[in-house]
Amino acid sequence: MTTARITLTINGTATTLDVPVRMTLADALREKARLTGTHVACEHGVCGACTVLVDGLAVRSCLMLAVQADGAAVTTVEGLARDGALSPLQAAFRDHHALQCGFCTPGILTTMHALLTAEPDADEARIRDVLSGNLCRCTGYLPIVEAVLAARDAYRAPDGGPEAAR
Amino acid sequence: MKPPPFDYACPTSLAEAIDLIARHDGDAKPIAGGQSLMPMLAFRLAAPTLLVDLRRVPGLDGITVDDDGVMLGARVRWCDIEADARLAAACPLLAAAIPHVAHYQIRNRGTVGGSLAHADPAAELPAVALACAAEIVAQGPEGRRTIAADDFLVGPLTTALEPTELIVAVRFPPWPAGRHHGFAEFSRRKGDFAIVGVALFFDDADGAIAGATVVAFGIGDRPQRLAAAEEVLNGAAPSAELFARAAAAAADSVEPQTDIHADGDYRRALLATLLERTLAQSAGLASAS
Amino acid sequence: MSRPNAWIGSPVPRVEDERLVTGRGRFVGDLVPERLLHAVMLRSPQAHGSLRSIDAGAARDLPGVVAVFTAADVGAAGAVPLIPQRQHALPEGEAYRQPVIAVDKVRYVGEPVAVVIAEDPAIAEDALELIEVDIDPLPPVADHVAADSDAALLFEAAGSNRIAVLRARAGDADAAFAAADYTRRAQFGIQRHTALPMEPRGLCATFDPASGRLVLYGATKVPYYNRRALAGMLGLDIAAVDLIEVDVGGGFGARGEIYPEDFLVPFAAMRLGAAVRWIEDRREHLSACNHAREFHADLEIACRRDGTVLALRGRVDADLGAYARTNGFTPPRNVVQFMPGPYRIDHVAIDGHLLVTNKTPAGTYRGPGRFETSFFCERLFDMAAHDLGIDPVAFRRRNLLRKDELPRPFPGIVGVDAATELDNGDYAFVFQRCLDDFGWTEKAALQGRLIDGRYHGIAVASFIEGGGGAPRENARITVEADGGVAVDVGSSAIGQGLATVLSQIAADALGLPMSAVTLRHGSTTLVTEGFGSNHSRSTVMGGSAILVAAEALLAELRTVAAAELGGAATDVRIADGVVHGAAGQRPLSAFAGLSVERTYHNTKYTYSYGTHAAHVAVDPRTGHVEVIDYVTVEDVGRVINPATLHGQVIGAVVQGLGSVFLEHLVYDETGQLLTGSLADYLVPTATDVPRIRGVSLGLERCPNNPLGAKGAGEGGLIATGGVIANAVAAALRSFGVEPNHLPLSPPRVWRLIQEARRRQATPHETGQGAA
Ligand SMILES: Cc1cc2nc3c(=O)[nH]c(=O)nc-3n(C[C@H](O)[C@H](O)[C@H](O)COP(=O)(O)OP(=O)(O)OC[C@H]3O[C@@H](n4cnc5c(N)ncnc54)[C@H](O)[C@@H]3O)c2cc1C
Ligand code: FES
Ligand code: FES
Repeated sequence: MTTARITLTINGTATTLDVPVRMTLADALREKARLTGTHVACEHGVCGACTVLVDGLAVRSCLMLAVQADGAAVTTVEGLARDGALSPLQAAFRDHHALQCGFCTPGILTTMHALLTAEPDADEARIRDVLSGNLCRCTGYLPIVEAVLAARDAYRAPDGGPEAAR
Repeated sequence: MKPPPFDYACPTSLAEAIDLIARHDGDAKPIAGGQSLMPMLAFRLAAPTLLVDLRRVPGLDGITVDDDGVMLGARVRWCDIEADARLAAACPLLAAAIPHVAHYQIRNRGTVGGSLAHADPAAELPAVALACAAEIVAQGPEGRRTIAADDFLVGPLTTALEPTELIVAVRFPPWPAGRHHGFAEFSRRKGDFAIVGVALFFDDADGAIAGATVVAFGIGDRPQRLAAAEEVLNGAAPSAELFARAAAAAADSVEPQTDIHADGDYRRALLATLLERTLAQSAGLASAS
Repeated sequence: MSRPNAWIGSPVPRVEDERLVTGRGRFVGDLVPERLLHAVMLRSPQAHGSLRSIDAGAARDLPGVVAVFTAADVGAAGAVPLIPQRQHALPEGEAYRQPVIAVDKVRYVGEPVAVVIAEDPAIAEDALELIEVDIDPLPPVADHVAADSDAALLFEAAGSNRIAVLRARAGDADAAFAAADYTRRAQFGIQRHTALPMEPRGLCATFDPASGRLVLYGATKVPYYNRRALAGMLGLDIAAVDLIEVDVGGGFGARGEIYPEDFLVPFAAMRLGAAVRWIEDRREHLSACNHAREFHADLEIACRRDGTVLALRGRVDADLGAYARTNGFTPPRNVVQFMPGPYRIDHVAIDGHLLVTNKTPAGTYRGPGRFETSFFCERLFDMAAHDLGIDPVAFRRRNLLRKDELPRPFPGIVGVDAATELDNGDYAFVFQRCLDDFGWTEKAALQGRLIDGRYHGIAVASFIEGGGGAPRENARITVEADGGVAVDVGSSAIGQGLATVLSQIAADALGLPMSAVTLRHGSTTLVTEGFGSNHSRSTVMGGSAILVAAEALLAELRTVAAAELGGAATDVRIADGVVHGAAGQRPLSAFAGLSVERTYHNTKYTYSYGTHAAHVAVDPRTGHVEVIDYVTVEDVGRVINPATLHGQVIGAVVQGLGSVFLEHLVYDETGQLLTGSLADYLVPTATDVPRIRGVSLGLERCPNNPLGAKGAGEGGLIATGGVIANAVAAALRSFGVEPNHLPLSPPRVWRLIQEARRRQATPHETGQGAA
C-alpha cells in the first residue's frame, strides 16, 4: 500500500484525503487539505512550527505520517478562531506583539492552546518549558510568554476547556 | 526532506505485526511514536520497504505497578509516565528522569519501546533501565524472551533485539523503601540530548552506603555503570569528601567521546562535577560547589 | 490635518497580525499556481573537486520526473551566468563570482550541481539518489590559515585565495603606537554562523510562453535590483519580469539576495513553460543559504596612561567561504571601517584580508561588521582598562565621542570609498541612562564575587548602528474609491512589521485613520523603482519617500479641490478624509484616482547608537554562563512604533546571545559541514532567554531625513558579544581569563579556566603590560 485513503476530522469537519503513505501529516494538511496555516520549518522535529493538535494533544505534524492520523481529530491554527473572531490567545498574541514574521506563530499558538487547555494555571516557568519546543527567531520569546500569561484567564472560565477558550 | 518510498501496514494484533516484519526479511521496521524514526526517514538515513505501525496493536500501552515492580508497555508514552502519580514512589529514578526527555510535543508521542530500540547513547530511559537492572520483554516469531538491560544495550543505535523481534514491555524491579536516588544531566539547551548525564541510587545500611549503583550516559557508545565510583561509595558514610573521591574515581575510569558539542576532557570533568553534585543532593547534603 | 502625529510614536497593533495568527498568511510555500512542478537541487557532497561528469539518465527515467538540468543545459562553457556583486563590489571580486550551477569545479558542500524537476517533491528527492556525479577530489582549503598559504587554490585562474586587502586608515597609527604609554595586542575569533530565518528560502516561478512573461514569487529585500539582474541573466527584457513579495518568514540579511536557485527556478519554469516551485529544506538551508561572521583578528591597542585610546591597528582575516556572493564584501568592509564605533580613536590602521575557503559562501547577517568590531574593541578596552588599573566605566566615558564632536568622519578605505561620517547623538547620556537602568552602582559590588559556586560579573559596552542607506526610495499614493489611500512603496518587508510602521507614517502625513491606508510593498509591480530592505533602511527610506509623496499628493489635492470648490489652493483644508474648500466640501473619495509617485533621495547614512549592560554568573566547574540581567538603551532619533521597536530589540538581543553562546557552523578538516540539522545547529529557545530590558529613545531627530528617524533593528544584537565576553572576563578576573573567541560554549569557558589555572600554577608566565 503506497497510497491510502484516510478519514479524519479537521477543525471539526470530517474530511477524506487520498495521501501517499510516506506523506507527513504536515504536508497532507498543507498540500491535500490546503490548510497552509500549519508551517514546516525543519521537517525533522526540532522547530515546532508544524505543531497541531491530534486528539487534543499537541504534536509535531512533520513527525507523523498522514496515514497515522486516520480516524483522528486534528485541530490546526485555522481551527482556533471561532465565527471570525480571534480566540483570546490569538488576540493576546496581537496585543502583546508576540509575533513578527509570524512563521513560527501557528505552531506556538496550537502548542500554547493545548497547554492552557490542560493547565490553565501554568506559570511562567512551565510556559517557558513547554515553549522551549518551539523556535522563534524574531521575538526573543519574552513577548510570547507575556501573551500566554495574559491569555490564561480565558481558559479558566467556569465552563473551562478548549471550547470556551476558542 | 521527504521520506523515501515505503509500504505501510497497521496490524491489529501482535502476532500479525511480528508476522509482517518477519516476512520482510529485515527490511520492515516498526514505527511507534515516530519521534526518532521520522527524522531518520526525513534525512533518508533509514529506508525500510515496509513500516509496521504499532498503534493498533492491543496490550502495549499499559503501566502496571505491583509487588513485582513497574511494567511499562512498549507503547507507553513519555506523557503517560509523567501523568502517572504512582511512579514517583514505585520507581522514583524513572519519574525523575523522564521530564528531561525532549520537548512537550515529542513527549506526547515518543514511546518507551521506541526509545529502547533506538538506543541513543545520550537518551535517558536506557540509562535508567541499566541502573535499575530492568528487563526488556521482547517477542519474535520464536516467542517471547526477556533481556537484561545490560545485555540489551549493545552500542550506539544498536541493541540485542533481532530484526524480527518487537519490544513488548520493560520491567523495573521493585524499589526498596528508603533508597536514595539522583538524576542529573547537562545539555546545551533544555530538552536537548545530554552531553553528560548521571543516574544513580544507593541504600542506607546503618549510616553507610550500600548497593551503590551509578550510571553515566552521553559519554560513550551506550550508558555505562561506573564501578570505580560504586566501589568508593559502598561501605562508606556519605560526606562531601567521599562524593568528591567517588566522582574523581569515576572520571578516571572513563574515556568519553569527543563530538561537535564537547570534547572528551570536558565530558570527563563534567561527569565528575555532575556526579559529585548529584550524590550530594541524593544524600541530602548541600553540594560543596 | 487634524491630528498631526497621532499615529507616529504610538504602539498601535500591527496590521499584519490578524492574518498571521489565524493561519491566513500567504508565504511562498502556500502558493499553488496551476500545473505546478517542484524543483529540488542536487548539491555537491564534496568540498573541493573537479566535476568530471554527471549521469542523470536513471533520474530522468523515474516516473514523475519531468526534467533534470545541469550546467550543460544552462549554457555552453563560459556562458553559465555568474552571481553578481550587488553591494560593496570590488573589481578584484569579479574572478571569484559563483556560477549559478557548478560548471567544472565544486567548491563547497552544498553547491548546486543539478536541478531535478518533478511532479512531486518526494519523487524529485527520489531522483536525486539516482544521479551519478563523478567528482575528482582536490585538496580542501578548510580554513583561513590554509587559504592564506595559497598551497591549494580555489580559483586557479585568479592565482590566489586572497581576493583583496581592504585597508582602513585614519591619522598615523604607527606614530601613535611608537609614542604611546601602553600597548596591548591580542587575537580574536568569531565562529561561522548564520541568520537562520524560521522560514527557509523559497521561490515560485511562473512563465507564460505566449507572452514571454516571467513572474517570480518569494522575492524580498531587494526585488528591484534582483529583477534587473535576473532579467539580464535569463536573457529577458526587464519589463517582462516581475518579482512579487508575499509574506516572508524572516530575513536578517540572508534572504532575498540572488542565490543560484534564484536563477535556476525561473530558468526551469522558462524551459518547461510551467510553474516551478522550490522550497528550501532546513538541511540544505544550512549549507546553501549565506553563512556569516567568520572573522579572525590580530589587533593592537595603544593608550595613554590615563586610559585615552590613541590608536588601533592590526589585521583581520575574513573567511568568506567559496565565492564572492552578492553582499559578501559588506561585512569585512564594515569590520575594517567601523572598528572605532562610537569612540574617539584618531589613529587607525586596519587591514582586512578577504579569503576564500571551501565552505559555504558568506554574506550579511543582522549588524554585519558591527557585531564583530564591537566584540573585538570592547574586549581590547577591558583588557587595557584592567592593565592600566582604570575602571571600565571610566575608561569608556573618557573615550566616547562627545555631542559637540559630531558629526565626525570614520576612517576611509584606501582606494575604495570615501570616509562616511557619524551624524548626531548624545552618546554619554545614553551610556549613563543604561548604567542607571541597569543599576550599575549597586551591582558593582558583585564584580568577580563567588556566590553559591558561581562567579558573578558585569560589563557595559556602547555601539553604533548604521542605517538609512542611500541612495533613494520610491512611494506612490493613490486615492481610492472608498475614500482611503493605497500606498505603494519600494521597501521590502521581511517580517519586521513594516506595513504597520509605514501605514502609521502615511496616516499621519495625510491626516487619515490607519484603517484608511492600504500599504503594499516590495513587489516590482508597484512603483517604478525600489531599493528594498537592507541596512536598516526600509523605515527611514520608505517612510521618507511616503512623506515626500504625501506632501505632493496633498498639494495636488489642494489644486484640484480649489478648482472645484473655489478659492485658492492654499485655502483648501484636508482633515479626516474630508476636503474643505471655500465653497463647500467633498469626501476624499470624490478624488479617487488621483495618484502621485515620488522619489526620496538621500546621500547620507544614519547612525543610531546605544549601550548594553549585562550581568552574568559563571559556573567554573561546568563552564556554563547564565545571563542574569540584560539592559539595552538606544537612541533611534524618532520612534515610530514603540511596541514593534521593542520587539525588534528583544529579538535582536536574543539572536545576539545565540551568536555568543550557541550558534556554530562546524566544519571538519575535509570541508564537511558537521552541523546539518537544527539538532546540531543550536539557536536560543525560550528557556535560554534571561530577563531583558530594552529602552528605545527618540532623543534628537536625525538631521539627514525628513522623518527624523534613524535605522533600527540591529542595535539589540551589536554589542552582545563584547558585553557578555567582558562580563565573563570580569566574573573570572581571579583566574585572568580572556574570552577572546566565540562562542562561549561551556566547554570553551571551562577550558579557559583550566588553562588559566595551569598558568597560575606556573608563575613565570609572561603577561603584556605597559610598554
Ligand atoms: C527534537 C527531539 C529531541 C529529542 N530529545 C530526546 C531526549 O532528550 N531524550 C530522549 O531519550 N529522546 C529524545 N528524543 C527522541 C524521542 O524521545 C523518541 O520518542 C524516542 O527516542 C523514540 O520513541 P518513538 O516511540 O518515537 O520511536 P520511533 O521513532 O517510532 O522508533 C524508533 C526506533 O525504534 C523502533 N521501534 C519502535 N518501537 C519498537 C518496538 N516496540 N519494538 C522494536 N522496535 C521498535 C523503530 O523501528 C525505530 O527504529 C528526541 C526527539 C526529537 C525529535
Ligand atoms: S517542521 Fe515539524 S518540528 Fe520543525
Ligand atoms: S515571529 Fe518570526 S520566527 Fe517567530
